[in-house]
Amino acid sequence: MTDQTQQTHAEIDESVTQRQEMSALQAIMRTQPFWVFVAILTIGLVMTFVSDAFLTERNFFNITRNFAFFGIMALGMSAVICTAGIDLSVGSLMALSGIVLGLVMQAGWGIEFGFVACMLTAAGIGFVNGVLIAYLRLAPFVTTLGMLAIARSLAMVVSNNKMIYEFGPDQDLFEWIGGESMLGVPNVVWVLIVMTALFWWVWRYSTWGRWVLAIGGNPQAAKLSGIPVEKVVVSVYMVCSMCTGLAAFMFVGYTGSVTNGIGVAQELNVIAASVIGGANLMGGVVYAVGAPIGAALMELIRNSLLLAGIDSLWQQFFVGLFLIIAVLLEQIRNRGGR
Amino acid sequence: MNLLELRGITKSFGAIHALQGVDLDVNPGEAVGLMGDNGAGKSTLMKIIAGNYPPTAGTIHIEGRETQFAKPIDARNSGIEIVYQDLALCDNLTAAANVFLGREEKRRLGPVKYLDHRTMFEKAGELFKELKSETRPRDLVQQMSGGQRQAVAIARTRLSDPKLVLMDEPTAAISVRQVAEVLNLIHRLKETNHAVILVSHRMPDVFEVCDRVAVLRRGSKVADRPIKQTSPEEVTGLITGAIEAA
Repeated sequence: MTDQTQQTHAEIDESVTQRQEMSALQAIMRTQPFWVFVAILTIGLVMTFVSDAFLTERNFFNITRNFAFFGIMALGMSAVICTAGIDLSVGSLMALSGIVLGLVMQAGWGIEFGFVACMLTAAGIGFVNGVLIAYLRLAPFVTTLGMLAIARSLAMVVSNNKMIYEFGPDQDLFEWIGGESMLGVPNVVWVLIVMTALFWWVWRYSTWGRWVLAIGGNPQAAKLSGIPVEKVVVSVYMVCSMCTGLAAFMFVGYTGSVTNGIGVAQELNVIAASVIGGANLMGGVVYAVGAPIGAALMELIRNSLLLAGIDSLWQQFFVGLFLIIAVLLEQIRNRGGR
Repeated sequence: MNLLELRGITKSFGAIHALQGVDLDVNPGEAVGLMGDNGAGKSTLMKIIAGNYPPTAGTIHIEGRETQFAKPIDARNSGIEIVYQDLALCDNLTAAANVFLGREEKRRLGPVKYLDHRTMFEKAGELFKELKSETRPRDLVQQMSGGQRQAVAIARTRLSDPKLVLMDEPTAAISVRQVAEVLNLIHRLKETNHAVILVSHRMPDVFEVCDRVAVLRRGSKVADRPIKQTSPEEVTGLITGAIEAA
């Protein structure tokens, strides 16, 4: 190599070091949430012609409130999926933490005690999941499948199979938080917005987020870099469970009652929302906005079928269809990218 | 004074003696090639220096002080960095993120600490420039060539300004042009007074960059001589056992 070519190489280096490979718009267009968002807009556009009831404030209020509950859970699920794990126990955990919350408040304790008990229950279950998976190296699928059964059973035992609808002295406040709205937006949607912003920050700016991504990308490399992989994995399962605890807190307040039957099969919706939102089951990919966008699409499908007068029995068909399309799209994008 | 001084390193796994009384010295700014056939004990020796496991017998001195490593992090704290054979990079992260993995630069806003992307991109860019590599800090490792990945792995080691860099087969499985790139990186390390131990099967690479070559056979060191006083033919003979010892 001559001096001159070296010189030009150095100049090219100089200019490329500071440059991003793609423009910001291109980068966004490569993400799954963007395309799901396009799908949402398209369905929305079609629906405005199909039904007059679609573009009403009331309908939007309902849609957003309905998907907010499992959108919150999907934020945590996305973190778990980012580590190439899975958490099947969130539906059952919703019931267990909801029941514990109900029992504490029914016994006359204030809402703050109810909240703390709910979150501690969730964190505890997440901790057990995490320790079994990270330290004993059990497969996440089987571990959390076991926890799905255990948590549901525990919910039945502690509730003595009874419904709880008395929430003690703070009942009104509790039901206001879960069921009412501020500035025309349901409170649970505010929670979802705040949580999404928080996760956006976490994935972009926190060391923890960076480490979780690294573990999803290459756990050996993460380990060799001195990242406490096991501890981080435990914390990821705890975060996922606590998102579920938070959703349970809001949901029980919204319905004004809790039984040990809530959240049955909810894990499937939550996982579907995460995956439609761009979380890759192989790990290493996560978008904060993916969880609410994936959840929004699923709820939109349900709502649209309803308004279009199509039998609601078709709902799961279309959710499944979109899930498969989402995975397919990701495959095609990956092939194109390499 | 030697930077690294190994004396009588022995490692047994049950009845198997992977290493038997190996001595090895490395000076600052020196590149030592460590060669041997599969199963000769190269990897075991590397892992002992890297702190993956302790020797059964023998001592390790770093800059004259006796040292014992319980964990890889101890070796790193003593100024030894390792470039792993599989490179141990996260494909889904940027080059800069990989360089700083586990040692992220942070800024503080009140009680909240957050990642300082700007500083990390800049510093990683400087490191790549020092290594005269065309690697771009913002690119995902996924899209990189073998040579660029090497540069990322080597830039990682430069972050702590180590005294000794262990490289395990850095030129296996990459293209000819990229091999030249990696060898340049090793030259760069030597120029900046870093010692390098290069484990390699590739004779031309060792003769190109190393000052000295040590040959292991069946757990013992059978030769250790300046590169100028030996030849590829002699080293091959030593590796296979055609030549008993030198």
